[in-house]
Amino acid sequence: MATVEQLETWLENFTEFTKTAVGQKLPWLRQLREDAFARFCETGFPTTRDEDWRFTNVAAIARTQFRPASAAKLTDLVSWRIEGVAAQLVFVNGRFARELSDLDRLPKGVTVASLREQIESHPQEVETHLGRYADTGRDPFCALNTAFIGDGAYVHVARGVVVDAPIYLLYLSTKEDAPTMTHPRNLIVAEDESQVAVIEDYASLGGESVVFSNAVTELIAGESTVAQHYLIEREHLKAFNVQTLRIQQGRSANVASHSVLLGGGLVRNNVHPVLAGEGGECLINGLFMGTGRQHLDNYMHVEHAAPHCGSRQFYNGILDGHAHGVFHGRIVVHKAAQKTDAKQTNRNLLLSDDAQIDTKPQLEIYADDVKCTHGATIGQIEENALFYLQSRGISELEARKLLLMAFAEECVDRMHSTVAREHIARLVSQHLLFTEGIAPRESSGRVLERIVEEVG
Amino acid sequence: MSLLEIRNLHVSVDGNEILKGIDLTVNAGEVHSIMGPNGSGKSTLAQVLARRDAYHVTEGSILLEGKDLLEMKPEEAACEGLFLAFQYPVEIPGIGNTYFLRSALNAQRRHRGQDEMDAMDFLPLFREKLKLLEMDDKLMNRSLNEGFSGGEKKRNEILQMAVLEPKLAILDETDSGLDIDALRIVAAGVNSLRSPERAMLVVTHYQRLLNYIVPDFVHVLVDGRIVRSGGKELALELEEKGYGWTEHDTRQPVGARA
Repeated sequence: MATVEQLETWLENFTEFTKTAVGQKLPWLRQLREDAFARFCETGFPTTRDEDWRFTNVAAIARTQFRPASAAKLTDLVSWRIEGVAAQLVFVNGRFARELSDLDRLPKGVTVASLREQIESHPQEVETHLGRYADTGRDPFCALNTAFIGDGAYVHVARGVVVDAPIYLLYLSTKEDAPTMTHPRNLIVAEDESQVAVIEDYASLGGESVVFSNAVTELIAGESTVAQHYLIEREHLKAFNVQTLRIQQGRSANVASHSVLLGGGLVRNNVHPVLAGEGGECLINGLFMGTGRQHLDNYMHVEHAAPHCGSRQFYNGILDGHAHGVFHGRIVVHKAAQKTDAKQTNRNLLLSDDAQIDTKPQLEIYADDVKCTHGATIGQIEENALFYLQSRGISELEARKLLLMAFAEECVDRMHSTVAREHIARLVSQHLLFTEGIAPRESSGRVLERIVEEVG
Repeated sequence: MSLLEIRNLHVSVDGNEILKGIDLTVNAGEVHSIMGPNGSGKSTLAQVLARRDAYHVTEGSILLEGKDLLEMKPEEAACEGLFLAFQYPVEIPGIGNTYFLRSALNAQRRHRGQDEMDAMDFLPLFREKLKLLEMDDKLMNRSLNEGFSGGEKKRNEILQMAVLEPKLAILDETDSGLDIDALRIVAAGVNSLRSPERAMLVVTHYQRLLNYIVPDFVHVLVDGRIVRSGGKELALELEEKGYGWTEHDTRQPVGARA
């Protein structure tokens, strides 16, 4: 729902945006934006009465008046680089920052550019895929993103080309006086028999202000491709972050989606693979770690549309403080998708009495010869395990850390790219170090001080 | 000064009194065995010594080398030289055996003001102890106890003990579930650790283990009290007559050494 007043603000934003938007002279792009905006106006923001949003209240987003984030110049970003990537693209407040990016070492057959530049230079290549897969009809956030398509990453890997190292996309938002929004839009096209890995990393810079990142990525994996997608959310706690990854898989394509949610105040992570060709495999792997009043919602929508495909979902959650986690695992097996093998596992650790998890499997099966299993567990740190480690001389704090790290590493270990895995493992262990719940309750203040010293 | 001195120990779990006044003195170099039927409080005693907090000490005292053990957390007791070989070792996925053991050893070394051991220094020590327990080093690349057989878990306990070299080792039903070959290996591992500086408390239901680990003293625990104490021959007597025999006897617990 959206009030008239809210819609007026959005209309104002949209009108202003389209005056200068890239490619507005291209009829298909103008139409795409207008249709999406019309669709958003029809539906407004979802409410908790909507089944897909039952556990996540986005009223805080709906009632905030966001303005487009302003251009910001950053200079020194050395500490944000990761070693061993094929290319690094930096976006500051939603805009591609060429001077901070590194596109010089790309192998032949790989195109990496900002979407804005690609629309300007090669609009027909963008037109082939952009907006073909992301579901603006069903998801208002996706509609909103599509209405505001402006910048993001464009990755194209030609047939048969193998890119060994991952392509790293870093999205930074800076502190501003008023609430701001960005709508990053990424298009990743892996042609048949190619291989690619992309990391999307969302972070904040220079203090907290209300920001809303509403990102959509379309990943088109052609026949026999091997594609990996990594999402890292580590923005500050005032950030709203809505992510949608829409994967379209061709015959025998092998795709992995890895999500790691560490930051953000209100986060919704949509992963929607469609296994559209025979023999496809999809791994949907995730880790979410919340504390304070963080709300981390993972909405999986796995569509099996062709026979002999397999999907594996593994999501681990660690929740502390008053954090609220959601795992909604929807699996749809279409009539044609015989011999589907779909599996879903969601495991959660609650570290405090006030932390909460809603986990919900939802299987819709229209084929008759399929194998679908799902399971969810909710538990605490195993007292037996804790005592066992302590009884060998390991401090309670260290023992908790070891146990949580082991739980988190189940997810990290599934990540195939060494560069991505090590980057993520580092972020996760840093995050664990500062999670209050892992400290022994009665002495957390003292113990945290000690950790800070060690880190400093 | 005795290594371990337990005086009038009363322990409750969920309001039920399990130990009802235990007195026990263990000196360095001695091996004591605690025997008793199911539910007599043997494992409770072992767990209390290892400082498990589910057990509530209502009365009495425990001194480890003169220090108040009841004031210590489990990791502090471990760093002071106490080791419990668990009756049911815990499987912990995601934490490697080798990494875990080196972390434990280094935590104890730090406590004693010794330098930490890096992986290169640790490996030869570790290999030597693996050999002692006749363990496959492939097991050590796996997660802690994960997927180990019962016998492998028990051997892993003794391996940890061999690496950590405690002053006081408590073996809680280390024999249960072991076939005779595994029992021999475990016992040989334990015996190799007997020394004038080290004491052991061997908790067992059956006399069998004591054929291999011969104790200096045997105490019979029935219904939360030590009802008889004696030399190793007491174990044989028990084996012959059963625990029923002790229950008629004695209201007078006898210390290991008066």
